[in-house]
Amino acid sequence: MGAAEVGAEGRPGRETLWKFVLVGIFLGVVFTKAEVISWFRIQEMFRFQSFHMYGIIGSAVFVGAISILLIRRLEARTVYGDPIRLADKESRGRNYRYWIGGGLFGLGWGLLGACPGPIFALIGNGVTVLLVSLAAALVGTWSYGWLRPHLPHH
Amino acid sequence: MPFLEWISQPWPWYVAGPLIGLVVPALLLVSGRPFGLSTSFEDMCAATLPAKPELLRRDWKQGSWRLSLVAGIALGGLLTALAIPNPEAEVAISAATRADLEGLGLTTFSGLAPTQIFSWESLGTVAGFVIIVLGGYMVGFGSRYASGCTSGHAIMGLANLQVPSLLAVLGFFAGGLTATWLILPALL
Repeated sequence: MGAAEVGAEGRPGRETLWKFVLVGIFLGVVFTKAEVISWFRIQEMFRFQSFHMYGIIGSAVFVGAISILLIRRLEARTVYGDPIRLADKESRGRNYRYWIGGGLFGLGWGLLGACPGPIFALIGNGVTVLLVSLAAALVGTWSYGWLRPHLPHH
Repeated sequence: MPFLEWISQPWPWYVAGPLIGLVVPALLLVSGRPFGLSTSFEDMCAATLPAKPELLRRDWKQGSWRLSLVAGIALGGLLTALAIPNPEAEVAISAATRADLEGLGLTTFSGLAPTQIFSWESLGTVAGFVIIVLGGYMVGFGSRYASGCTSGHAIMGLANLQVPSLLAVLGFFAGGLTATWLILPALL
């Protein structure tokens, strides 16, 4: 895995993928050591019986927000020298897609005790039955693709 | 305490949260890309599945950076399990949570997830099927419907002060509370 073509959404031309693998390994280690991939921790969060998960999400958002503020203020550029542009999330009408899609995602998150990143981390940790959950998530993605024209989004 | 033994302990929130937050500027600075993991589901579908709806008719190689990222996450999980596993058999959840889960009939508390539910054998039970298969299905369906998951909305979106992301996160919590307080008690 040396390089791959990337197009409109990233830097054109050839780009090494190793840096993304490294960021991923970092995330996988932190997810595992902080136990955010644990079904027990997610239950504790949804039962409001520990500050652990709220502290993690809150401090991650705080550090991310300060970072974005600094990137904007300093007009920081990528390592390639390209300007960094952050797209706004689409906001249209009553934004049904976020309410309904978010609610359905939350049902899955509450049952499974894992969101997309942790699904991969759990598979790496040897909880191999999560491969079935990953396959089911792909079927979910595929069926959403088919149903999309018929679902309320705005 | 030797270093490996020290970092093998579970990490507190004030260490882990900021480290996760730093992934936001790291991805922006090395590639200009926003943090978000569930779009990798679309890349995987685009790469493998036949008869694709319009959403998935695109060149999956455009998402190869995301596929590398999630492959790295699995590898990071594997390396952690091999090199610096938790010295304790159980995740140190609060006594109240443990009591609640015992009240629901849960008897196994070792590992990251209860083996009573998360095993290949339990796939054949109603609870195992609903949690592992339907739970996974809704994570995939819902994250793409909402155009993002915990990373893209709760972390990246909120850090970028996006109102749509706040709506999505409220939806995540409404769904999670429903699953925890209404569905799980009926299943377990």
